[in-house]
Amino acid sequence: MTKAGLRSKDLLGIEPLDPEEIGLILDTAESMAEIGRREIKKVPALRGRMVVNLFFEASTRTRFSFETAEKWLSADTLNFAAKGTSVEKGETLLDTAKNLEAMSPDFLVIRHSSPGVPHFLASQLKTRVINAGDGAHEHPTQALLDALTIRQRKKSFENLKVAIVGDIAHSRVVRSNVWCLTKLKAKVTLCAPPTLMPVDIESMGVSATSDFEEALSGADVVMMLRVQIERGGKMAFPSSREYFARYGLTRERLALARPDAIVMHPGPMNRGVEISSEIADDADRSVILSQVANGVAVRMAVLYLLAGGTPRAWQEGA
Amino acid sequence: MTRLLLRGGRVVDPAARRDGIADLLVENGRLSRIGERLDAASADVVDASGKLVFPGFIDLHVHLREPGFEYKESILSGAQAAAAGGFSAVCAMANTDPVNDHRTVTRWIADRAREAGFSRVYPIGAITKGMRGEELSEFGEMKEAGAVAVSDDGRWVANGSVMRRALEYATLFDLPVATHAEDESLSGRGAMNEGRVSTRLGLSAQPAEAESIAVARDLTLCELAGGRLHVCHVSTARSVALIREAKARGVRVTCEVTPHHLFLTDEEVARSGFSTATKVNPPLRGERDVAALHEALLDGTIDALATDHAPHHADEKAVDYESAPFGLVGLETAASLFHDRLVRTGRVPVARMVELFSGGPARAFSLPGGGLVEGKDADFTVFDPAAEVEVDPRAFRSRARNTPFAGARLTGAVAATYVAGREVYRRP
Repeated sequence: MTKAGLRSKDLLGIEPLDPEEIGLILDTAESMAEIGRREIKKVPALRGRMVVNLFFEASTRTRFSFETAEKWLSADTLNFAAKGTSVEKGETLLDTAKNLEAMSPDFLVIRHSSPGVPHFLASQLKTRVINAGDGAHEHPTQALLDALTIRQRKKSFENLKVAIVGDIAHSRVVRSNVWCLTKLKAKVTLCAPPTLMPVDIESMGVSATSDFEEALSGADVVMMLRVQIERGGKMAFPSSREYFARYGLTRERLALARPDAIVMHPGPMNRGVEISSEIADDADRSVILSQVANGVAVRMAVLYLLAGGTPRAWQEGA
Repeated sequence: MTRLLLRGGRVVDPAARRDGIADLLVENGRLSRIGERLDAASADVVDASGKLVFPGFIDLHVHLREPGFEYKESILSGAQAAAAGGFSAVCAMANTDPVNDHRTVTRWIADRAREAGFSRVYPIGAITKGMRGEELSEFGEMKEAGAVAVSDDGRWVANGSVMRRALEYATLFDLPVATHAEDESLSGRGAMNEGRVSTRLGLSAQPAEAESIAVARDLTLCELAGGRLHVCHVSTARSVALIREAKARGVRVTCEVTPHHLFLTDEEVARSGFSTATKVNPPLRGERDVAALHEALLDGTIDALATDHAPHHADEKAVDYESAPFGLVGLETAASLFHDRLVRTGRVPVARMVELFSGGPARAFSLPGGGLVEGKDADFTVFDPAAEVEVDPRAFRSRARNTPFAGARLTGAVAATYVAGREVYRRP
């Protein structure tokens, strides 16, 4: 890592990052979060820079979060959604990206349903690429905002017990979180019915179980994941009712975790499937809305650092 | 009368138990003599000293894409690529457009190949009409038109009754039935092998069992129905174990393995950064499977080295991993890869390489060639074991460039290929 920032021109995933880089992003995000509390939410850090948000897959939270981050940093933004564009006329992914690159953006923020697309485009383009979620592979900014949220509540990751529960097989959030949390030395337990647990997941340095109670026992952090019916989750269990009975987070189950355990969810939530409304809305336990708020700060930090910014320098220019 | 004398090469032909320095005399396209210090009078003399001389290589499994997909490959460009890879003969899969499920298509392919010159091209007919897995094609007429085997190529005949009838009916014509063993209800057309790497990358994946379950069924049906089963591109430990056991029981089964399944694992998908050149079906497997393939290569379970040469246009592969078509090209890299990784390192004797590239495939599909026999067609491959090459897809004769071996530095290269005594390739 250079003194100034990140090693790569792109943020393709958490897997290639080292713990120092993760720490740098979190520290920068922490200071960026302050902008959101100002009356005028704008700093000139990326003035004159252009960001293209290339979303080939539906997204509300992530797309608005990136856009908010870009606007607060004074970047110019272009938004691309596959619907209503040349993609519908049969243009290839690479041609679309190359055409957009010809307009000289500084960043491409890419969301795609197929794993590896940001890697493929980063290898073909000079523009900096940020992965905003590639299929079931990685969602690095989500893991960073999760880490920031955990750090704010728990201070240290060392030996922190994190249970991640739900559709492990189809989740990009879980892979990025596993890389991130294990690099920061937390202990991660993944929990899913066997039908939603990918093979050899332990090779990623985590433990895995299908026993929800066991996963919850003594957990400091409980992260619930949505069952992604649209990605093949529907063959994994007979009904939402039975899923909730086995793997839904209720107050009784949460009592197995540590008394100060926090509950997280990357959204969108299926209330009554993986989480009860009672828990989702419990302001003492649920940090779900803090995650959303931290998302903006983390994305600002990533954009700023990849643009070559140095920690704190944005404040001097503010 | 044309005469050619290939002088002083090391002639390796396990079918004739021959391995030694010898001359080859070719007259009018046939091998007239193999021996020491043959008379060169009025012959064109080619110095082969320091080179290996093998019976012509035969590839049981290539896709020439014509008719229908000439933008990927044509019979001419495919046959030129074959010649450059040392293959004096290749068998062309049936998944063209129209499908080769009728004698008119079979004959058309055979005629086009003859016009093209270069390597011999033997058509493979479809097992079922349109490769739909429902009704049998006309095996007899396709054989008369030149078909040497039947296969539905990338589609497993999922209906057990249809496959049973295919094996039974093929006995009338002694045609091997070549199977792409993949239970699609299990594989779901996953983009890569299911395992540690697919879990890490989040790619859709197919378990090794999708292949071995299909192999087990086809072997069982072959025992029931009789006939000759040929298992294409075998890639899993369990599949080779099943084939080994079946052979021991006397089942008439043969199988082939590809260079990419021997020399790459699924880690290559991650290492290459999701390069679609690594997307192939069956997918690149794990280390344990690769080790089992190497074992089966040595103990004789595997009969043939086949490339499954699958050319695609660059645009088709320049997409995301899950959308990309399966397949990679192999004709022009197979011999160098095999020699460099296995023969040069002493893991496989050179005679075994010849068996896998020539004798084994000839026997599996009852093809001419497979050995150097006086009086027969002079098909042979001259190989330079000392040549240093770097795999450069831009230099391929094939129209396609989709190889995961680009940039690999290898020792050993095809120096020349002869078909019926005619030089169809010489290394520049």
